[in-house]
Amino acid sequence: MTDAATEPDKITGPTPDNALRAADRADEGPVLAADGTPLKQSLNRALRAQKLRALALIAPLLIFVLVSFIAPIGDMLFRSVENQIVSETLPRTVRALADYDAASEEVPSDEVFEAAYYDLFYAAERKEHTRLGSRLNYEMTGASSMFRKSGRGVDDIGEVYQDQFEDLDANWDEARPWAELMGDPDWIAAQEAWDGEGDMPEFELRSDIAEVLPRAANSYEIFARYMQSEEGDSPLEEEPWSVVHTALYQDLSTGDVSGYDGPRAEMLQAADELVATPEFETISFRDGFEEIDEDWVEPEIWRTIKTYSPAFTSGYFLNSVDMQKTPDGPALRDEDERIYGLLFQRTMFMSLVITFSCILLGYPIAYLLSNLPSSKANLLMILVLLPFWTSLLVRTSAWKVMLQQQGVINDVLVWLGMVADDGRLVMINNQFGTIVAMTHILLPFMILPMYSVMSTIPPSYVRAAKSLGATNWTSFWRVYFPQSVPGIGAGSILVFILSIGYYITPEIVGGTSGIFISNRIAYHISSSLNWGLAAALGTILLVVVLALYWAYDRIVGIDNVKLGG
Amino acid sequence: MNLTKTLLATSALTVAAVGASAQEMADSMTLVSWGGAYQNSQQKAYVEPYLEMHPEVSASWDESSNEAVAKLRAMNEAGNITWDLVDVVAADAIRLCDEGLAMEVDHDEILADAPDGTSASDDFGDLIVSDCFIPQIAYSTTFGYRTDMVPEGVEAPNDICDVFDLETYPGKRSLEQRPINNMEWALLCDGVAKDDVYDVLETDEGQDRALAKLDTIKDEVIWWSAGADTPQLLADGEIFMGSTYNGRLFSVIEEQDQPVAMMWDAQVFDLDGWIIPEGLPEDRLARVLDFLEFATDTQRLADQAAYISYGPARVSSAPLVGEHAELGIPMGPHMPTNPENAQNTFVYNYEFWADYRDDIDAKFQAWLARN
Repeated sequence: MTDAATEPDKITGPTPDNALRAADRADEGPVLAADGTPLKQSLNRALRAQKLRALALIAPLLIFVLVSFIAPIGDMLFRSVENQIVSETLPRTVRALADYDAASEEVPSDEVFEAAYYDLFYAAERKEHTRLGSRLNYEMTGASSMFRKSGRGVDDIGEVYQDQFEDLDANWDEARPWAELMGDPDWIAAQEAWDGEGDMPEFELRSDIAEVLPRAANSYEIFARYMQSEEGDSPLEEEPWSVVHTALYQDLSTGDVSGYDGPRAEMLQAADELVATPEFETISFRDGFEEIDEDWVEPEIWRTIKTYSPAFTSGYFLNSVDMQKTPDGPALRDEDERIYGLLFQRTMFMSLVITFSCILLGYPIAYLLSNLPSSKANLLMILVLLPFWTSLLVRTSAWKVMLQQQGVINDVLVWLGMVADDGRLVMINNQFGTIVAMTHILLPFMILPMYSVMSTIPPSYVRAAKSLGATNWTSFWRVYFPQSVPGIGAGSILVFILSIGYYITPEIVGGTSGIFISNRIAYHISSSLNWGLAAALGTILLVVVLALYWAYDRIVGIDNVKLGG
Repeated sequence: MNLTKTLLATSALTVAAVGASAQEMADSMTLVSWGGAYQNSQQKAYVEPYLEMHPEVSASWDESSNEAVAKLRAMNEAGNITWDLVDVVAADAIRLCDEGLAMEVDHDEILADAPDGTSASDDFGDLIVSDCFIPQIAYSTTFGYRTDMVPEGVEAPNDICDVFDLETYPGKRSLEQRPINNMEWALLCDGVAKDDVYDVLETDEGQDRALAKLDTIKDEVIWWSAGADTPQLLADGEIFMGSTYNGRLFSVIEEQDQPVAMMWDAQVFDLDGWIIPEGLPEDRLARVLDFLEFATDTQRLADQAAYISYGPARVSSAPLVGEHAELGIPMGPHMPTNPENAQNTFVYNYEFWADYRDDIDAKFQAWLARN
């Protein structure tokens, strides 16, 4: 710090500010407050209390904004990368696919089909498979009906085994024998004693059964817990799902149950003997899936599942810039499916055009407003505000009536003979209509900030310029206009940002060439239900707006923007 | 959590079916519908009569059927379902069912039998396209044209392919801004046999073919997104012909007396009906089921046809369809299902569009955006 910088010290004497600066100068030692603490520390303490009080005062607003605005937006934007649904619905399949090479044109191994069978069965019981089908359908056409069909068909695989076990011994299709085979005796006793009040005693596997029948025990446990928690039924009274029979068959065909001597040992050993006979009918998971839908033995579905198995995906963002995930990395979409790049460009371009139209139309009006005597200015102000208070839909529909081919403007032109009756102008359902209607709708947002800035410009400056010999134009351009720029800046930011996110007006008058990116976002939110893609498009739009705002701040300076006098 | 609610719902279902009167019922209902003439027909045909029978009950409408799927999903995520009964088209009902947002129902258990004892599921027949869907009406998307714009010496349009014939029938057309129906019509007029349309549309070449056919009239098309657009465009003389729901055309022709006529060729049948949102509390569900049994019985569905020209979904309702409540004209000839009108029809292929909607829509929108 040079002496020049500390010059004011000498002139104005001690102020808190100067004292701080003085305290910074280490060579002069700390300046002490009256109570002996260093002044800097004491001042900071005083300021901190003030800051806390200020924070406490705005805390309710801050919390409200956080909870009702920032958090929902954050949650919505988060959907643009969220993709847990695949790994949550098909956890075993995703694990089994870990080593699968998505780029290969092969169908994965039988283990994957086995895992998919169990996953799909449980998902179908929880009615979650169709939701996953809709999710994957965004990436692979046909996934939706594949999953819907498979939810119905997956039972057929287990029924092959269920029927045979049942033919051997009807007990295999009864609830009680299964519960005795699988359940912990203490749990059975507790479940029997349960009187229907409060929570059911949670199902417990018998300690040794998981070693003898690992798959079946696991399946049965999932079944029993599901019955208890979701259906509210006792596993003692519910016959198990056919998936348990499939698991039992797998255990019996691979393991050894001859040493088992727990409950229902005879029943189990009889089943073991049956499985060992050559007449026992089996079906491979792969064949079972092929029977449900031939697409299961095509590589495409597995490639899709594999590509979208991570909990987070860049897929939505790639989609929103006309790309897609492929096994070889991101790639551009087919040309006949590219649309978002075009829409982003168009949204930017049309918003700019609308902003400039608003400046052109708004500036003279704001100038008039601020320079007319107040009685006339007030009347004019009402004319500006009246449309502002009118419903957006009404104004947009009014433009439809004005601009359409059988509309007011065309009728007048034809009547005046300026346009032939069969050559009526097309002014709506295109970019022109959108620009006209949106310029009209957004005009007050341009006029009002301009007016509030212009009304503070003292008329004496222009008069002074003229008295010094400036022409009308020079005095306007060199003196008046520069002072009104902050109003233009404020109006432009408002209009541009509003129009970038506009939705209703382009939807009504935009036709196909006048629609904005927001119309596609709305479509994905309310029609296609592809919220992930909508969120990704929205995020990109938000980032673009913030980037433009930042650029504006760097170039023009946000301090130069005034919303009021 | 949702599944616990399912459990509550299902058990409530059984109880309600056994003894509805003993069940504690909520005394207000929020019904969701489309607004306009259609909602009015529901109000007159069964909501008002029901409220007369149960003066303690109040019903309010929410005109949100258009965004029902998105809103229900949001409500479900927020864990606060404020709707009791939602009117949706069948395709949306299938999606709501897929997403687990609509309740699966046993139609025979919760709906009234036909007067002759036919069970509800037989009476509705194939129209029950989803386990969650309770059909009310069959409507069709078809074309209307301005009679005063038919060129002199030319027969009025009566073939779907007249829409694509700009030489004989010059003038603007309006088509819905989505691929569904338009792609089928384009293929039909490009020489594809009716039975092969979806096989062709499955392939990339078929989709390109349909778009190429639509390309021939693209410059003359105004694309609509709201059902009211085409009637307005027709009434203003902005277009020569346009597709919309047949009930809308009925009101332009008969109620507003405009020079417009119907062209029933290749009309596409679709269904509209109720779904019950998943996760309703017991008392509200009981009320909804009580209302639903009344509102979808044979007589009530037939009554609805006195206010709007949509065909009742029950076979047993058809003979009971009478005259328009205000105009006094017989409604039979205006029904899309009338044999005279239904000589060449198409049925919305729900399965196909559930699979191909996202894919074809992306292509269609990109095609629209190209100049």
